[in-house]
Amino acid sequence: MTAVTLSNITKQFGDVTAVKELDITIKEGEFFTFLGPSGCGKTTTLRMIAGFYYPSTGKVKFNDRDMTTVSPEKRNTGMVFQNYALFPHMTVFENVAFGLKVRKVNKGEVKRRVEDVLEKVHLKPFIDRQVSQLSGGQQQRVALARALVIEPDILLLDEPLSNLDARLRDEMRNEILRLQREYGITTIYVTHDQVEALTMSDRIAVFNVGNCQQIGTPTEIYNQPVNDFVAEFIGETNLFEVKRSEGSLNLFCDALNLQVVADSSIQEEFDENKRFKMSVRPEAIAISKTRLEGDNVLVGVVDLVQFTGESVHSFIKVNNGRTTLKVTDLNRGPSTYLKEGFELYVQLPPDQVRIVPVAKE
Amino acid sequence: MLTAEKRKTILLLIPIIFVLVGYVLYPTIETFIESFKQNGIVSIQNYVDFFGPKAQANLEALWNSVYISLLSVLLSACIGIPLAFIFTRYNFPGRSFFSGIAIMPIVLPSLVGVMAFMWLYGEVGLVPLAIQDLFNLEEVPFSIGGVTGILLVHAYTMYPYFYMTVSSALNNVDPSLEESAANLGSGRFGVFWKVTFPLLTPALVAASLLVFMVSMASFSAPFLLAGGYRVLSLQIYFSKINGDLEMAATQSVILSAVSISFLLFMRWFQNRRDYRMGSKGIGAHRSEVNNPILKWIMVTIGIVAMVVLLLPHAVLAILSFVPEGAWTWQKYPSTFNLENYRLLFEDPNIWDPVRNSLIMAFVACLGCFVFGIITSYALVKRKFFGKNLLDILVMLPWALPATVVGMNLILAFNSKSIFSFGQVLVGTFWILPLAYFIRFIPLVVRSTNAVLEQMDDSIEEAAQNLGARWLYTFRRVVLPIIMPGVLSGTLLAFVQAVGEFPTSVLLYTLDNRPISIEIMNQLRMFNLGQAAAYGMIQVGLIAIVMIISYKFFGVKSENTL
Repeated sequence: MTAVTLSNITKQFGDVTAVKELDITIKEGEFFTFLGPSGCGKTTTLRMIAGFYYPSTGKVKFNDRDMTTVSPEKRNTGMVFQNYALFPHMTVFENVAFGLKVRKVNKGEVKRRVEDVLEKVHLKPFIDRQVSQLSGGQQQRVALARALVIEPDILLLDEPLSNLDARLRDEMRNEILRLQREYGITTIYVTHDQVEALTMSDRIAVFNVGNCQQIGTPTEIYNQPVNDFVAEFIGETNLFEVKRSEGSLNLFCDALNLQVVADSSIQEEFDENKRFKMSVRPEAIAISKTRLEGDNVLVGVVDLVQFTGESVHSFIKVNNGRTTLKVTDLNRGPSTYLKEGFELYVQLPPDQVRIVPVAKE
Repeated sequence: MLTAEKRKTILLLIPIIFVLVGYVLYPTIETFIESFKQNGIVSIQNYVDFFGPKAQANLEALWNSVYISLLSVLLSACIGIPLAFIFTRYNFPGRSFFSGIAIMPIVLPSLVGVMAFMWLYGEVGLVPLAIQDLFNLEEVPFSIGGVTGILLVHAYTMYPYFYMTVSSALNNVDPSLEESAANLGSGRFGVFWKVTFPLLTPALVAASLLVFMVSMASFSAPFLLAGGYRVLSLQIYFSKINGDLEMAATQSVILSAVSISFLLFMRWFQNRRDYRMGSKGIGAHRSEVNNPILKWIMVTIGIVAMVVLLLPHAVLAILSFVPEGAWTWQKYPSTFNLENYRLLFEDPNIWDPVRNSLIMAFVACLGCFVFGIITSYALVKRKFFGKNLLDILVMLPWALPATVVGMNLILAFNSKSIFSFGQVLVGTFWILPLAYFIRFIPLVVRSTNAVLEQMDDSIEEAAQNLGARWLYTFRRVVLPIIMPGVLSGTLLAFVQAVGEFPTSVLLYTLDNRPISIEIMNQLRMFNLGQAAAYGMIQVGLIAIVMIISYKFFGVKSENTL
């Protein structure tokens, strides 16, 4: 069981800073996800843990061992690459056995362990196939088996599902999770897909342009985003700038023309250089055909209704048509669908309105 | 501090740079220096002589070379481009068979090909004689020689460059591009000029430059056919034979200057614009020729073309059965037996050149194989300062005409140097394998580059991640993956080295005379049959190599150039 500590890591490629002053501790046996848009530094960070890059400054530690500049082959990590990187000239067996042969495990033991792990990923019948004869999902499993069979201290997964189609992706998500639980291995998972991150992870680190924005459990990240980037990147949200005047705690939203009431208000001192936004998730907004009482009530007109199957998205124009709010409701049958052009009442519940600072660029 | 990665890169680069500097750069520089000497004193007199009135012949030879090369480009284009269009765009009976035949000229080593052309169409060539007899003419209707001869041979041997580059470019054109142009209201002619043709320009320019360079460097055709006509590659040889090494050096420098400027132009042009298709998975779209008359006309043309293309091979095969002395005063040979082949295996004098060629080509290709893998790996997978320069240095022997490579080696290794380990190499066995090695470095490196570029970096990283050290990864993962590409490149280099003529004629000694030199000797003694038998050995070797490449490595013959 291994914990990973990244302390004050910066990585520069020429003039470009790919990762900046990163501090993360990943606990033993944890499923930890680096989430962020492309080019945010998440893969660079993973590659520093694997040893393919050495940080410009800062330290990488596995438990108490300093691994900062140890070469990749001495780290005992198991990595699954985005394109799987299977050896095309070898069979499934030879691919999986590669790491064991390097470790000079004796033949019988190699055979037993390879068969064992292929059993676990349901690929035993394919043991003698050439890897080119396998489907995408099967290649993915070979890559997983190859990484797991060496009993690595840490399992590293670099966007492993991005080359699979949607249905297979769902299946492999459960598969990976099952194997991770079974082996109890510390796992670091890189993805740009928020659904993958939310469903699989114990904890998530959200990256943007080389900075780690927030570290937390999936529910913390979704329900209590620390800034507008996290709020917007994970899940859908309605995000509007709010202003506060000096000396008062009152917040005013120009876009909605609304005095905003929120349970999570701004605690810090007034500073005119700091900007804030309010975030309300579409599924948290209440709508009604009859007049609503209470805080944050608006009048709007239904602009567009989108049916996705499990849920219905409605876009509602408020503030005399100047602003559009997105509202999501579960599909409760045709009678509940809104009709375009209808007038109705909208409420942003104060306990669901979150005021977040605007992330620094 | 140097990281482990950087140390490995430097360790790889040391032997590469040693070889390239010692055997490519240093000889070139030696030639350059020599060209500025007259009777051992530094002067530009050689260049004054070259361009001045004193030796008109040189300037004339330069213009002749350029003139012939331009015409060769034109002729090869006129044959190669229509053929490529017909074979990639239309479907008719025997299409794939004919398209296979269309690349047969490659299977003929240049010297052997020229020889076959002489026998077929020369002054006492079989074809003119046959036509004369058939129509009871007073004189032979035509015969090739001089400029027309050279041009004909060039067109025959070089049109495949156009044919192959244009075919592959056409195959890569996404049909939907043309369809969308047609859909937007463009006529057939408009589609061709506005869409297809612009997409083909990179291929056309590349092929033109290639043919131009190859014919500038062409040696065998002028050597056998030129008569009194002067071309620059031949002038170098004559200067060397006359013992005027300084003039030979000057001529080499000027010929290389032309070739290298073309190489640089080609690199610039290829990097200038990106015509790669955005779409993936392009299906072939050939229109079926339905009109029965047109269909049979095409098939007939195909058969005629096939006969013309295979005639040189056929005449070679037939004449190889004509024993010595059986075809002297007769119009046509009448005796055929296996005498020439029997002599090949029984008479050591006849067999020795074959053995020499095989041994020297093997040694050279072993070198190319090892050096090619290391160099290509460094170029493709490693980052270092001055990579572009190294790349140019690797490609230099390809741009240099073979005659120049030969001259460079003479001038560099006719005295002791550290690169020859304190020996005089000229006049020894080793100078020829060295020449072949240098000549075919670019070929092996390029074919290796192609497979290495296909291999994703993550493959190596995966092996490393699983605990394998660099050497283990290289041996067990990288080498097996790239081996087919490297081997097919090396085999191609091997057969070309066996037939290599221009450097051989400059550097051979009596003890290591290769096949090509012996073919010349046999021709001089009018023993055509034996010369043809030597030619057949080479054709056979090339055929075997192509079959091996295709069957075992899945390399199409089109891709080997």
